[in-house]
Amino acid sequence: MWRWLHPYAKPEATYRLVEKLLPWFAALTFISLAVGVAWGLAFAPADYQQGDSYRIIFLHVPAAIFSMGAYAGMAIMGGIALIWQIKTAEWSIPAIAPVGAALTVVALLTGAIWGKPMWGTWWVWDARLTSELILLFLYIGVMALYFAFDDARTGAKAAAILSLVGVINLPIIHYSVEWWNTLHQGATITKFERPSIATSMLIPLLICLAGFLFLTISLVMMRLKNEILRHELGRPWAQQELEKN
Amino acid sequence: MPFDSFQDFIIMGGYGLYVWLSFFLSFVVIALVALETAIARKSLRKKSQQLQNRQQRLAKRQRSVSQ
Repeated sequence: MWRWLHPYAKPEATYRLVEKLLPWFAALTFISLAVGVAWGLAFAPADYQQGDSYRIIFLHVPAAIFSMGAYAGMAIMGGIALIWQIKTAEWSIPAIAPVGAALTVVALLTGAIWGKPMWGTWWVWDARLTSELILLFLYIGVMALYFAFDDARTGAKAAAILSLVGVINLPIIHYSVEWWNTLHQGATITKFERPSIATSMLIPLLICLAGFLFLTISLVMMRLKNEILRHELGRPWAQQELEKN
Repeated sequence: MPFDSFQDFIIMGGYGLYVWLSFFLSFVVIALVALETAIARKSLRKKSQQLQNRQQRLAKRQRSVSQ
């Protein structure tokens, strides 16, 4: 495995791999989101309690899940950066953080807009909503720390440590609906029992989940390409790459 | 199809404002991230150009000094 992985510690090799994979992930993003969103908005049946307002679920749940998934990925990269000192892992931190922050904002916004008609309020300071808001602050903190030092590698290390410490927030978000009294409903699909959602709604939701996964990967890849080029600006390959288009 | 007409689809059983607002805002947020990434790529290209011009100027000056 090391023989296979080791070349990707070289920034140019990672860049070429990302460049090769990105069009495929971008295509998958457009296809799955178009199908999932159209299905969820127009073809899935209305909910017997929430009517058509529940259709926000097709954005809210995928955004919330991958706001946490992106954080887990960023923390893993932070760990790799600290243990093996691999530069491309360091650079993936500022590539992932803004994407994760955007997903967190989408989850919070769609949640607030869904909360207004269903709970009668845009916002409550309960466990699920507050812990998701803390996730947004963690992302902002990681980005701020990364760029807060004159020495880029010191900043990367500090950001990696914060991203690892912040992992504690992920189980808190997930179990917040069980540990504390909350307005937020319990888990629908991220549990070991059968999903508590009708199949006619579950299928478009799963397609939207796949769409957000591909979207997250595509955006991170786009940003990682920039990040690699930014650090390799003095090298001929990066200059050639930037002149190409 | 749960909707009888296009108008029904827009109204969303009275929840139209909430549903469409959440889809619109989500799109805006994601689009902003993608846009920022594209702009960053453009400014990198500019920076790379400046760096190369500077290196060429330096090389020229060095040649003229050594002659």
